[in-house]
Amino acid sequence: MIRSDRVIISIALFLISCGVAWGVERFPPPDFESGYEMPSPTAPHARQNIYEYIDVAVLLAALTVSSYLILKKRSRRALFVLMVFSLLYFGFWRKGCVCPIGATQNIVLSVFDSEYVVPVTVAAFFLLPLVFTLFFGRSFCAAVCPLGAVQDLVLSHPVSIPGWAESGLRLLAYVYLGAAVLFAATGSAFIICRYDPFVSIFRLTGSLNILILGACLLLIGVFIGRPYCRFLCPYGVILRHLSRLSKWRVTITPDECIQCRLCEEACPFGAIKKPTTKWPQKEYHVAKKRLVFLILLLPVLIFLGGWFGSGIKAVTSRAHETVRLAERIYLEEAGEVEETTDASAAFRATGKEISELYDEASHIRSQFGLGGWIFGGFVGLVIGLKLIGLSVWRRRQDYEADRASCLACGRCFAYCPREHVRLKKAKEANGKR
Amino acid sequence: MADKNKEFDRRHFLRDGLWGGCLAALGMVAGSAARKHRQTEMVWQIDPYTCVACGNCATYCVLEESAVKCVQVFEICGYCDFCPGYFEPGANVLEPGAENELCPTGAIKRAFVEEPYYEYTIDESLCIGCAKCVKGCAAFGNGSLFLQVRHDRCLNCNECSIAVACPSGAYRRVPADQPYLLKKVNHA
Repeated sequence: MIRSDRVIISIALFLISCGVAWGVERFPPPDFESGYEMPSPTAPHARQNIYEYIDVAVLLAALTVSSYLILKKRSRRALFVLMVFSLLYFGFWRKGCVCPIGATQNIVLSVFDSEYVVPVTVAAFFLLPLVFTLFFGRSFCAAVCPLGAVQDLVLSHPVSIPGWAESGLRLLAYVYLGAAVLFAATGSAFIICRYDPFVSIFRLTGSLNILILGACLLLIGVFIGRPYCRFLCPYGVILRHLSRLSKWRVTITPDECIQCRLCEEACPFGAIKKPTTKWPQKEYHVAKKRLVFLILLLPVLIFLGGWFGSGIKAVTSRAHETVRLAERIYLEEAGEVEETTDASAAFRATGKEISELYDEASHIRSQFGLGGWIFGGFVGLVIGLKLIGLSVWRRRQDYEADRASCLACGRCFAYCPREHVRLKKAKEANGKR
Repeated sequence: MADKNKEFDRRHFLRDGLWGGCLAALGMVAGSAARKHRQTEMVWQIDPYTCVACGNCATYCVLEESAVKCVQVFEICGYCDFCPGYFEPGANVLEPGAENELCPTGAIKRAFVEEPYYEYTIDESLCIGCAKCVKGCAAFGNGSLFLQVRHDRCLNCNECSIAVACPSGAYRRVPADQPYLLKKVNHA
């Protein structure tokens, strides 16, 4: 019973010192006489990352098939099958992680943190959809993205929302992208992953708040087509702008628009643009003045945004754990709080200098100050350009899918009478052969 | 008509230029990623010296049964008869049994080696990563029991949910070829 005595003594010592001393070895290693051999601790290997390379291959294949389906085959049914496959594979089988949307943050972190290395598969996940978008439009959104697929499947009673609401809500995605870049660049958090609304549905487990968020978005998605894609998706922002430049793109009609107006209500995402009427002469001067005013307003908006963004650095920098810890330690040192938290107790146990922690925290906060200028300026720029874009008159003669907003879902194909002519011809040609 | 063509060409030129610029930018991202690319991935792991055994690992993992489990480093273990990681502080008899054991799932197996030493091994299929034993062992014993992310179970989420909930910042990314941060032997 010598050992139990020692334990009692050490308990007493512990109560006196009243602190947890980690990594202290209180008892000498035993000398075994019976020839007992110590087992070594188990350390199971990581699962083969061959799966990740298979994922990249599947992504590449799915993007290729999707691009073929939207541009050549023009088949909504085939796109639907591909969409279900993507949902099952990337969503429920691979649990929705890693996805191109979240991979944005890894890329950003690797740019700003020289220690962090992006796995090559994650970089491929980020880049492949962007490259495909530059060539073929948003074929990723069409049928490859599992988040898009789950929303597309629930969309049964589409209602159209007014243009001003669409434009306004879309700004949320820009703010989300800017914030995600800010928090990833400072190494504070990956907010896209943290607030991914559908990943807990794919995993069939997750925190209650996120599950509720996902369920709400799906419920809204029954009526308003793909709310996450249109109004929140930060990756969608990049895709939108690359899609404007794409070499090829989805067209409603396979050859020519006959202005039949049948497709007018076909798009549940508000991406079909009607032909424009002539510019009313009377309003021309008013519009010109407004445009000049908005262009002059642009730098003001950028400055205001930047000023606001850096002004809230005390709040935003709290996303970083070092800043949170420093604030807690400061409160404890100032005697404003009595007890320690797990974090502050752990910090004090390391024996690090408090001033060192303060220096680190103030450095991070100044990073948030600079990042806030860029983030806020970016948001100001986006709002300003949106206003300018809304007051510029664009000539359009036919019904067209908007290059940026079109998710290439293929719903409009069947509405076009020219498409039916094409299909009939193709069928006849097949029959003759 | 000529003017219109000119404008058209300018637009095309601008658009093609932008298109090429975007492609070049994507190429640069790919290039820099490839240049920094190491053969190994980064995976999540717990620094056992920073871990405060708060118990969040058991509940915050996205897996129903946490990917974090307790590890026993036998070289550090004191093979105590009254193991502070195994027995409740007020255990009446030093015998296995739910009323005496700290572990809520009975995942620690106690086996007699020789007088007065007992061997303690973790049954990983039962361990839930609650860190009750870790706390006991670190406070009163040698600290040979500690938590580690088990990579046969970990999904390696892009942002680890437990890392977000970790109060002491013990989670960090480590290279996948050395995915464990085991405690070092430090015999006095």
